Amino acid sequence: MTVLLDPRRLQSRRLSRLPDRAFVGGTGAVGAGIVALLVLILVLLATNSALTWQTFGLSFVTGTVWDPVAAVYGALPFIAGTIFSSAIAIVIAAPIGLLTAIFLAEYASRRIAVPLTFIIELLAAIPSVVIGLWGVFVLGPFLKVTVESFMVDAFGWIPIFRGPAFGIGLFAAGVILAIMILPTIVTISREILVAVPPAQREAMYGLGATRWEVISHVVVPIARSGIIGAIILGLGRALGETLAVTMVIGNGQDIPRSLFDQAQTLSSKIATSFNESEVGLQTSSLIALGLILLVITIVINVVARVFVGHATAAEAGLR
Amino acid sequence: MTAAAVPIPDHLRRASGRERRAVVDRSMRIVTLACTVIAIIPLVALLAFVTINGVAALNVDLITKPPRALGIGGGAVTAITGSIQMVALATLIAVPVGLSAGVYVSELAGHRTAGVIRFAADVLVGIPSILVGVFVFTFLVLPFKQYNAFAGSVALAVIMVPVIMRTTEEILKLVPGDLREASLALGIRRWRTVLSVAVRVGWPGILTGIMLAVARAAGETAPLIMTALGSRLLNIGDFGRPMDALPLFIYQNARQPYPALNEQAWGAAFLLLLAVLVINILVRARSLRGTSR
Amino acid sequence: MSISRTSRVTGLSLAAALLAAACSTGGATTAPSAAPAGPIDSPTGSPASGGAAIAVPTPPSAAITLQGAGATFPAPLYQSWFDAYGGLYPNLKIDYQAVGSGAGIKAITQQTVDFGASDAPMKDADIAALPSGTTVLHIPTALGAVVVIYNLAGVATLNLDAQNVADIFLGTITNWNDPKIAANNPGVTLPDKPVLVVHRSDGSGTTNAFTSYLSAVSTDWSTKVGKGTDVKWPTGIGAKGNDGVAGGVQQNDGAVGYVELNYATQAKIPAANLKNADGAFVAASTAGVTAAANAAAASFPADNRQAPIINGPGADTYPIASYTYLLVFQDQKDAAKAQALVAFIAWALTDGQAAEEGLGYAPLPAAVQQKALATLHTVTTGGSPVWP
Repeated sequence: MTVLLDPRRLQSRRLSRLPDRAFVGGTGAVGAGIVALLVLILVLLATNSALTWQTFGLSFVTGTVWDPVAAVYGALPFIAGTIFSSAIAIVIAAPIGLLTAIFLAEYASRRIAVPLTFIIELLAAIPSVVIGLWGVFVLGPFLKVTVESFMVDAFGWIPIFRGPAFGIGLFAAGVILAIMILPTIVTISREILVAVPPAQREAMYGLGATRWEVISHVVVPIARSGIIGAIILGLGRALGETLAVTMVIGNGQDIPRSLFDQAQTLSSKIATSFNESEVGLQTSSLIALGLILLVITIVINVVARVFVGHATAAEAGLR
Repeated sequence: MTAAAVPIPDHLRRASGRERRAVVDRSMRIVTLACTVIAIIPLVALLAFVTINGVAALNVDLITKPPRALGIGGGAVTAITGSIQMVALATLIAVPVGLSAGVYVSELAGHRTAGVIRFAADVLVGIPSILVGVFVFTFLVLPFKQYNAFAGSVALAVIMVPVIMRTTEEILKLVPGDLREASLALGIRRWRTVLSVAVRVGWPGILTGIMLAVARAAGETAPLIMTALGSRLLNIGDFGRPMDALPLFIYQNARQPYPALNEQAWGAAFLLLLAVLVINILVRARSLRGTSR
Repeated sequence: MSISRTSRVTGLSLAAALLAAACSTGGATTAPSAAPAGPIDSPTGSPASGGAAIAVPTPPSAAITLQGAGATFPAPLYQSWFDAYGGLYPNLKIDYQAVGSGAGIKAITQQTVDFGASDAPMKDADIAALPSGTTVLHIPTALGAVVVIYNLAGVATLNLDAQNVADIFLGTITNWNDPKIAANNPGVTLPDKPVLVVHRSDGSGTTNAFTSYLSAVSTDWSTKVGKGTDVKWPTGIGAKGNDGVAGGVQQNDGAVGYVELNYATQAKIPAANLKNADGAFVAASTAGVTAAANAAAASFPADNRQAPIINGPGADTYPIASYTYLLVFQDQKDAAKAQALVAFIAWALTDGQAAEEGLGYAPLPAAVQQKALATLHTVTTGGSPVWP
């Protein structure tokens, strides 16, 4: 029973290198596959939209007309719809999100902060189509008779507030997006605020500062880049969000001129038209919209990661 | 950054402003609290409306009957079975891939390689899901000239993989290095060490990631539009043909002029939301307990 | 560790439950789809309607699923047909995706379906885009009307002339109390409410018929917008499918849209009376469509590609009528599917016609019905006719 001399064991020792190599090789191949996947997505979207780029060149990006009858395609109305709806979302969600994160990280006791954070994280888990359903039947009609009719009555003489407002359009889409990106902004900002070292705060308290002064003069400035990153991550999500926006933005075809105009984003245009498009230039142009969206979101996400630093698994799971 | 680097504002040095500063502090507390309430209102309103309208629309037909023409009766059984099948297949594809990639990046890869793969995964997480649908369409629908449930499953898997990979990686990072070293010192090979020590210890966390990915996939609509397409026929097991899914069913029925179909959309939304939230609450509540800082 | 151990158990059991659910459905793979080989030989030539009793072929007895996609315009009719035919032959399943005429043409061109459906006949460019050596047959199945639906509380009847309709959809009439509308509606109190146009966001034969009408009646429209299955709309919100437009109109106060007659009647949405070529305001009805079809039947084209019938003559004629088509490859690759497809279409063209009136469609005029059946006879598989 001398273990060391057991021939079977010796043999398995020698052979055991093989499984190790296979293990590293196998998992490594899968890892490489992740990178390949990203490259493949870029390449396939580029090759399948080649016809559009050949036909219109870069003027596709600045073209304002999407006219299947004349076979003229331009992406600008959808780029504008994407940017405007996301901008409305950020204008609403960034301040509310940041102040909520401050409350959860600084003012609220742990007993309250933990369950509240949990609830806000749940909001991120609700499927887009369910939010869209709620947007169509509840939020849109509500906005129409409250916020929108108020703004049209009060500021309707300013072109960007020109009515009529129907509860379906750019503004409703912006509000829906704000709701959807709020969890991203709140949870990441909160984590970053919590991570600010206590020594910094204590020094300030020692000087007799109130809690708000500590927050506004110490904590937020230190956490600033992380908070910006959180907002940019929220922006990234808003830019690519599809279903809920598709259901409430109204699928207008022109560059919106008023907050209440119907519009279309890059992703909602693809969602509503892809299956119905005619083979050839129209399908190719829809895929070209996808390529534009892909490039925008990649840039936004890379910028955000630079600000936030390493993304945590929590964020990855949250999305 | 040190405390000394922070400039001390003038008004802090004056004692006279103390009362005013306390008022500001108290008001900001209220303002931030108000914002928190505003942030939670949509969630409460949404849950309330989906529950009220959804429960009212629940009946046996909804979960046992296929859809019917013209909004007379019918149900969502095609969508329910379709969602279960496609998410199950997507999970079967995504778990081994995500797990392997996570293990590789965390345990085996060099610093540089790991960084590149991690970056790719982060970018993949951020890609709008509809683009995943367009991508899968180009190579799993177009060549076969047939919308099919397999393409839908692959699209969902593409969305799940980076989530599972990143969670696995983060969880494995938390597994103490001592355990691995002890294992390796005992002469146990690397692959066994990784699988039976690191992965085993981290498994509850990894499972959390998998379940969150499942919940996310179950609610995805956009990538299914141009892959699985949806179907009015009950499709059990035939992944070469179109298949319905709960999110597609909701999207389809929400825009119908028939109130009966709108009600079915609410009912289906309630079922979907219930499934997604139960998974989320279970796994998140557990990880809250596990990692309470 | 103890905490994580118990929680792992719950997590695992959850995953196990999920897998079990997946497996149990997967396990039942073959059972439900293979319907019992039932009434295979029972002929359906029962002369219920469709004029002369025509002996129509029967589908093969094997389990077959036909895949179709296209127009939403006839979708309610087709789905009723599929339900009825599935009752006769439970082994035959027909999966129809109402995704729009544009998509129907795309699907048949890409051969992703066994049949397509479109209200707009394929354009010459569409035919040129077909795989070389293939021919697609247009088989008319029904006629429908495109109606202008509106959502205005308290306005039970609304008369619109062609110029009104064009102005509304051009965005030049923006309020319901516009004097141009009021001129056609003496005695009706039109509310001071903004007009919300709801149009299609997808390629659509309904759009083709409607924009053909607008182009015919308004030079502004024909120069600024034109006609087609998917046009550049000057105003309004886009909705997917006839059902989406009807839903959009129903969900928005002050909205106006255009749909196939069926969607207005089924969803109980009021439709405007349109002024026809004889100067009369007519409510949309299958009779009005039949009148239009009969007036135009003599000039029905040889390849069946009849454009929408706009402003046909006659006091009762409804001004926007359109045929709707099934699109099938003349030479079918799969003999069994070909037999099933031809059998179904033959049934639809004969017995099936009886269902049309009740659903808001007009049956084919006798001459066109004969033409359609003759076309169906030309379908071949492996070079020999499916229905000799």
